[in-house]
Amino acid sequence: MGGAELKRIDCLKAIYPELEECAVVTIMGAVAAELYSLGHRPNFFYLEHAMGLASSIGLGIALSQPSRKVVVIDGDGSVLMNLGGLTTLARSRPRNLVHLIFDNETLLSVGGGAPGGYRWFTTATSTGTDLAGIASAAGFPRARTVRELEDFAAAALDALKGHELSCIVAKVDAEMPKSFLMDLHMLENRFEFPRALQLAIKGRSE
Amino acid sequence: MPVSVANSQVVYDAIKHADVKLVSALPETWLVHLIRMADEDPEMTLVRLAKEEEGVGVSAGAHFAGVRSVMLMQNHGFLQAINGIVGVSLLYKIPLLMLITDRGGFGEKDPWQTEGGKHTRPVLDALHIAHEDLTRPDEVELRLAKAMALAQSSLSPVALLLGRDLMWEEPS
Repeated sequence: MGGAELKRIDCLKAIYPELEECAVVTIMGAVAAELYSLGHRPNFFYLEHAMGLASSIGLGIALSQPSRKVVVIDGDGSVLMNLGGLTTLARSRPRNLVHLIFDNETLLSVGGGAPGGYRWFTTATSTGTDLAGIASAAGFPRARTVRELEDFAAAALDALKGHELSCIVAKVDAEMPKSFLMDLHMLENRFEFPRALQLAIKGRSE
Repeated sequence: MPVSVANSQVVYDAIKHADVKLVSALPETWLVHLIRMADEDPEMTLVRLAKEEEGVGVSAGAHFAGVRSVMLMQNHGFLQAINGIVGVSLLYKIPLLMLITDRGGFGEKDPWQTEGGKHTRPVLDALHIAHEDLTRPDEVELRLAKAMALAQSSLSPVALLLGRDLMWEEPS
């Protein structure tokens, strides 16, 4: 356990070009800040609270717009707050949802980490809890853990192009983002996001 | 089981007339017919939740995607979902129509339902969530339509409390 070399930001860079047509829902904190730093798009929604519910929001979108790919970018701390949600995802089994989980074994963004990668409030994944194993046992048709960038990129791109509910757990460094700054109010994001999702659908049908 | 099939149908018809396409739910006795009706309706997406708080997220996602939804739950389900209601629906100003079967009031015979029923209205009031009681079948359609209208215009959660007189037929 621990000592991962993989970085969230590099994983995000690897999939960023593929996210243009997707509905993307991220958790708060480091993941949101880093995706934002790569270039915000109106089809990105950053859930700044309600840890655990990013995947539930993704499920609501996926069931309501079955022709759109939905990407949920989650974290170990959030997923552990809503393990039942994995079973709801699995039984609903939307073919258009990809659940990416960055597992840094730490409640990093709520204060469990510190600069330099020091972790003082770890999650249960640091002592062996296997989120991909839980997803798989919950009934996800595809779930795996990756530790290398090439493996993450291959698995994520495969899932994004595929048509099956997928979960990819990336074991990543518990490193703070360069900045938590996001020059976008959460309510502005809240209103632009559905506009992007609904305009695109209307545009496509015309 | 003396859960009113006829009045469950009245509530379900009102849900349909409010243009709802997605229902998320956990069962309780008074909700069995309503959930079955959603399940048997090919036009309705039924999301079977593991815990009620998830439903707040599911409804938010459906709203983002342009789809109207309702959550079906009972008092303890509402109490369970509070963090999601505050952290998603209230914080992000997202419409959420909650249909709460209101156990634990006058006539309640199950001791384990009495506490949740007692705290539901004070908690709704503390969160400034508009709520009304549904006790008669002839008022269901109009009140549900009005509740949906308010949820959509105010971008907030709204609750309808489905009462004993509506949902339960005392065995004769």
